[in-house]
Amino acid sequence: MGNTLLQYATVLMLSIFVGIEIIAKVPSILHTPLMSGSNAIHGVILVGAMLVLGSATTNLEEILGFLAVILATLNVVGGFVVTDRMLEMFRGKAKPAAAKDEVAS
Amino acid sequence: MSRGTLIDLLYLVAATTFIIALKGLGSPKRARQGNLVAALGMVIAVVATFFKQIDGHGLHHVGLILLAMAIGVIVAVPAARMVQMTAMPQLVAIFNGVGGGAAALVSITEFNHIHSSHPATYITLEVLLGVLIGTVSFSGSAIAYAKLQELMTGRPVTYPGQQVINAVLGVGGLALIVIILVTGTTTLLWVLLALSFVLGIAFVLPIGGADVPVLISLLNSFTGLAVAASGFTLGSNLLIVAGTLVGASGILLTRLMSKAMGRSLANVLFSAFGSATTGGGASGADQRPVRSGSPEDAGILMSFASRVAIIPGYGLAVAQAQHVLRELGEELESKGIEVFYAIHPVAGRMPGHMNVLLAEASVPYEQLKELDEANSEMQTADVALVVGANDTVNPAASDDKTSPIYGMPIIHADLAENVIFLKRSMRPGFAGIENELLYNPKTTLVFGDAKDTLTKLVAAVKAN
Repeated sequence: MGNTLLQYATVLMLSIFVGIEIIAKVPSILHTPLMSGSNAIHGVILVGAMLVLGSATTNLEEILGFLAVILATLNVVGGFVVTDRMLEMFRGKAKPAAAKDEVAS
Repeated sequence: MSRGTLIDLLYLVAATTFIIALKGLGSPKRARQGNLVAALGMVIAVVATFFKQIDGHGLHHVGLILLAMAIGVIVAVPAARMVQMTAMPQLVAIFNGVGGGAAALVSITEFNHIHSSHPATYITLEVLLGVLIGTVSFSGSAIAYAKLQELMTGRPVTYPGQQVINAVLGVGGLALIVIILVTGTTTLLWVLLALSFVLGIAFVLPIGGADVPVLISLLNSFTGLAVAASGFTLGSNLLIVAGTLVGASGILLTRLMSKAMGRSLANVLFSAFGSATTGGGASGADQRPVRSGSPEDAGILMSFASRVAIIPGYGLAVAQAQHVLRELGEELESKGIEVFYAIHPVAGRMPGHMNVLLAEASVPYEQLKELDEANSEMQTADVALVVGANDTVNPAASDDKTSPIYGMPIIHADLAENVIFLKRSMRPGFAGIENELLYNPKTTLVFGDAKDTLTKLVAAVKAN
């Protein structure tokens, strides 16, 4: 137990509070996109997966690391794309309707 | 500035974008932008990682890393693009599960890599926690997917002594962690992995289909924690920040979701909710008379209303009828009839799911009313049209203390002058509870497939 651990623990504590504060006032219609968006964010494990594959020294480590990178990429890419698809619809209403009116007139 | 410092700085930028993104996702205006900001942060972090030096060397196996990423992209993009909006919750479950799996794999690999150098106890502890939580999230998400995709029954799967077995599995996992810490036996890691896998399945089996979204949110939060644990092991602030943000906000979100169903999180997770048809005197219920009508009758009723409340539920999405519903709304509006949609927070399969589905069908945003507003306006509605919803309009939630859904906030369709209930059959809803509203004298039942019936309704409204 040293300074490094203490530093990580500090980051951990602060992140917990930020995490709670930041979503305290989310309207319920955004709960699904929020879940999906935060799902994409924990895909940052991709960085960890790259690091373990990048420092793998045995076959076992290579195989596990390779799988980890695939899974993490699925998480990141799929997560962001799905969230964007959901949110696209929220944005899409007001503008296309207005655009249609313009075309009509 | 050294290369290492620059990379750490870029990681800090990435971590900041995640915070900004989560903040943005909380407001309808900035949500999409927020998501893109996070995606940008992710790209920065990944690119920076390629330049990272480990023990004085550059990253090995760069080719393999790129290959694995390419495979991931090739699978994920079409999956995320093509899947129907109704299947969205399953998809989120899958993407969450693979994230948990990745976190567990990272922890295992790192453990293999470092155990010969006798790492500090706290590092081993984080590794083991990462394996346990990540694997539970992985196998739990897989079962959640199977339930939502209807590959298996959506009903709670229960067996005698279930809670005891789950408790033993949970305690066993923790005990195993302590044993590995004390003895340093590496082979036990594989036992922990297997045990965690079984625990994830056993934990999810008794949770009914209606509660699975809450569960996905919880597992999402678990994956975040597993990522944070990996962050400790790898010494990465970025992973700790991102994982903890998701873990903490995920647990809060999970609580908000169970609150929207009027139940505690413990009740959602451990009560095997909806395992039997209960409440509302289910035994004699089938013989009671109901009033049913044709789509034409319903159409006439609506044509002469001045205000129509539409209460959509998941059945609407299953029948792929949201576009026809929007047509009906437009048709009514063109006759000068005011239309609003009463959206229950847990309508659909996830909170906010219904809004997404209706938005996809271009229903005007202003017509969507949330629970409280919808209920206060329900009295002024001449007709409440229930499409594919059931439990969310069940008056038992407010009248019947013995009902399992007692206390859940509902949309009070019965306050409207008339209720038109589109239904496939008399079968009870997702939670398996008899619905008194069906027997209300105000209620006219229109049997049939939702899309079919709605198409006929549109025609009937047009004709009148």
